[in-house]
Amino acid sequence: MKLDFEVNGRAVAVETSPARRLLDVLRQDLALTGTKEGCGEGECGACTVLIDDEVVNSCLVAVGQVAGHRVRTVEGLADGEMLTDIQAALVRFGGTQCGICTPGIAVCAARVLEREPEAPRARIRELLSGNICRCTGYQLIVDAVAEVAAARSKRGP
Amino acid sequence: MVVQQSVGTSVPRVDGEAKVRGTALYVDDIAVPDALFGATVRSRVPHGILRAIRRDPAFDWSGIVVATAEDIPGRNTIYLIEEDQPALVPIGGRIRHVEEPVALVAAPTRARAFAAAAAIALEVEELPAVLSIEDALRAEVVLHGTDNVFKRFEIRKGGDVEAALAAADLVVEGTYRTGAQEQMYIEPQGMVAHYRDGACHLIGSLQCPYYVHKAMKVLLALPDDQVIVAQSVTGGGFGGKEEYPSMIAGHAAILAKKAGRAVKITYDRDEDIGATTKRHPALVRSRLGLRKDGTLVAVDVDVVFDGGAYITLSPVVLSRGVLHAAGPYRCDNVRVVGRAVATNTPPHGAFRGFGAPQTTFAYERQMQKAARALGIDPIELRRRHMLRSGDTTATSQTLTYSVGSVPVLEAVARAAETPISAKQSGGGKSPPVRRGRGIAFYFHGAGFTGSGEQRLAGRAQVALTKDGSFEVRSSSTDIGQGALTIFTQIAATALGVDVARVRIAEQTTAQVPDSGPTVASRTCMVVGGVVERAARALRARIEGWAASRGIGYADAARALAEAEGEVSETAQYEPPPGIEWDDATYTGSAYPVYGWACCLVDVAVDLDTYEVTVERCVHAVDVGKAIHPIIVKGQIEGGTLQALGWALWESVVYKNGRVANRRMTDCIVPTFADAPEMETILVEEPYPFGPHGAKGVGEIPMDGPAAAVANAIEDALGVPFDSLPILPEVVEAALRGRR
Repeated sequence: MKLDFEVNGRAVAVETSPARRLLDVLRQDLALTGTKEGCGEGECGACTVLIDDEVVNSCLVAVGQVAGHRVRTVEGLADGEMLTDIQAALVRFGGTQCGICTPGIAVCAARVLEREPEAPRARIRELLSGNICRCTGYQLIVDAVAEVAAARSKRGP
Repeated sequence: MVVQQSVGTSVPRVDGEAKVRGTALYVDDIAVPDALFGATVRSRVPHGILRAIRRDPAFDWSGIVVATAEDIPGRNTIYLIEEDQPALVPIGGRIRHVEEPVALVAAPTRARAFAAAAAIALEVEELPAVLSIEDALRAEVVLHGTDNVFKRFEIRKGGDVEAALAAADLVVEGTYRTGAQEQMYIEPQGMVAHYRDGACHLIGSLQCPYYVHKAMKVLLALPDDQVIVAQSVTGGGFGGKEEYPSMIAGHAAILAKKAGRAVKITYDRDEDIGATTKRHPALVRSRLGLRKDGTLVAVDVDVVFDGGAYITLSPVVLSRGVLHAAGPYRCDNVRVVGRAVATNTPPHGAFRGFGAPQTTFAYERQMQKAARALGIDPIELRRRHMLRSGDTTATSQTLTYSVGSVPVLEAVARAAETPISAKQSGGGKSPPVRRGRGIAFYFHGAGFTGSGEQRLAGRAQVALTKDGSFEVRSSSTDIGQGALTIFTQIAATALGVDVARVRIAEQTTAQVPDSGPTVASRTCMVVGGVVERAARALRARIEGWAASRGIGYADAARALAEAEGEVSETAQYEPPPGIEWDDATYTGSAYPVYGWACCLVDVAVDLDTYEVTVERCVHAVDVGKAIHPIIVKGQIEGGTLQALGWALWESVVYKNGRVANRRMTDCIVPTFADAPEMETILVEEPYPFGPHGAKGVGEIPMDGPAAAVANAIEDALGVPFDSLPILPEVVEAALRGRR
């Protein structure tokens, strides 16, 4: 069946079975391969996307569920050449190593700081704990996100 | 124009932007038109003889390609150290573990491929299986030789160890067990194979392009130039993508040849956990003889590693385990015996640390027990007896340079001046908590063991390309550790140019020389050094050309490229002077240099749930020179958390030789919420023969933190913990045993 929804601000129409995983439709039908599969069961968070600003694992979502909704992936974060402050901080602070978890963490962190701009480090850890990184030990990712939170609060809304 | 030297600064990672944008292409992201999807049919019994392979006649086999051992063009082996492991078990052949590949299928969709694999049944004559180290040593069922021992090593130093133990004031005895550990890179393994223009092209998630290249030449019966292996962006390795990619590459290639189409194989998480290599389970028995002042008079260690079903890398893993087993302490009488044994579990293999974490856990638990028994502060005991410059190791190697033992220990001693939070707390509404502190001190040989680096003779090339920029060509891969960035810095600094003028060539065997594998904490130290020499030679050539024409170096590169086209220099590894190793007696310079580290861990044990929380983790590591301080820090912290995970949470459970916890839900690794805030201290004791003084750092952070955790829990609870992981049920059982 034909499913209409929005991806990264663009209207898309996909002819597909509504039972397919959103992850597969993003990667295979829409060529948005920035969203990764690490486990296929909602544990690792590499497939994190936003649906109407909710943080979800796209491997656990049937694409039929997003008809009429807004999906945001890592490809929708940066404004053209300009990285978001979180993406830039992840590079600057060493928050990306092998990078396979990075898109999911960038998407999740973007939403975390929208929702709780003042989140202290322990809260940042808690809110990101659905995303597993095996390379960094998390320290430099937390540094990056905390720095963005601090910079934004200094800058004001 | 003066160019700021980039070595020692944290320039932006060269692959950083693509990774945060999601545009970096991992193997499953690469569009391969008309590719078939491959799946693997596995044995499902731990030991037996394959009698028949049967296809379900009710299944629709149209469009499905099936391959078996008969379809292998060359020798049926995954070539590594020995040729004992087949790519596919032939009819009549021996099945040696439950995940043994027996047949392959390829189909237009992944779902069809998995359905087809499920429609293939095997007839297997089952044999009794060997499922543990103890089973293997009993040798009632013999899998290898006459005693199931794949490999044995022995180190001897000084006089009679038994006599020295008998004369000691104190003998500390212990038996230590550590379990398998899953690398759990977040990107599962995957490979694409395609025959075109008479060559087999492979691209995949891997650490060592030339390992795959060598294995495929044998398996596919192809000459050097008809196997082309390239690395896609790789989502973590940690050793897990050192050897196993040759297996998947072989399977994809066999299918691609038979199908006449490109074939992609990507593993689901459960297949990856079940079938690929893990850290060797280990049983280490140790006796230390000490004088009252803590002087070590005898070290006697017996190491046994479970190699699994095939030899694979076990001899080298065992060698490293044995070479680190006596620890970084002065002792005149040493005996270390190590054995790797055969079992009917999937082969164990490379994982960061490569045998050293298992033996480090044992010796640092032993030192803790010695400190308690002698009533000496644990830091003071190590301070008195650790190896310093001028001392000799268990293999009688005299340490003369880059010995960072003192600064790493003293850095942790300073951190230890901050006392632990209240030793006990809780009561009322909050749960009762006990706290403890543990430390561990260790070293790690950087680069290949013994004369390994001379044998490898790794090469790298730096070229001035036609467009006037510089290109570094090496087969060292970036698996997250930052190789692309640090090679860019090393080359740019040697050439005296901005990092923006240097790029790194794609890691494909068609374009880059064999620099040796991306393993053994050797990429920065060994290959980085070769890159530096090639870059210096190129610079000298450009400067010579410029001088003869009376122009400045800054302008010469482009002018030379315009005049003569590409110009390149290739360099090869040269061992530092004075490195001598005797493989027969296991004496001499086991490694050209060692990294040194000390870790302090404070834990809190919840007496209601028996959960252990790491409240503080200080890790001082001697890296020689931090080429890129942030990348080095990230390496250390990542390794530290893998070690804390191995200590507290990560457990691989085998049932009848098969991994039972095959998902990330039950085969867990630490999350953001589990990880402590880390205090990482970089110590720089330069290695005179590494680039800018750098030495290996990739593995050492994995070696010691687990012992520090066990020591801290013992400090908190007063009972010893000599096995890993220390799960809540282990803590509960230990406390119950005491009551």
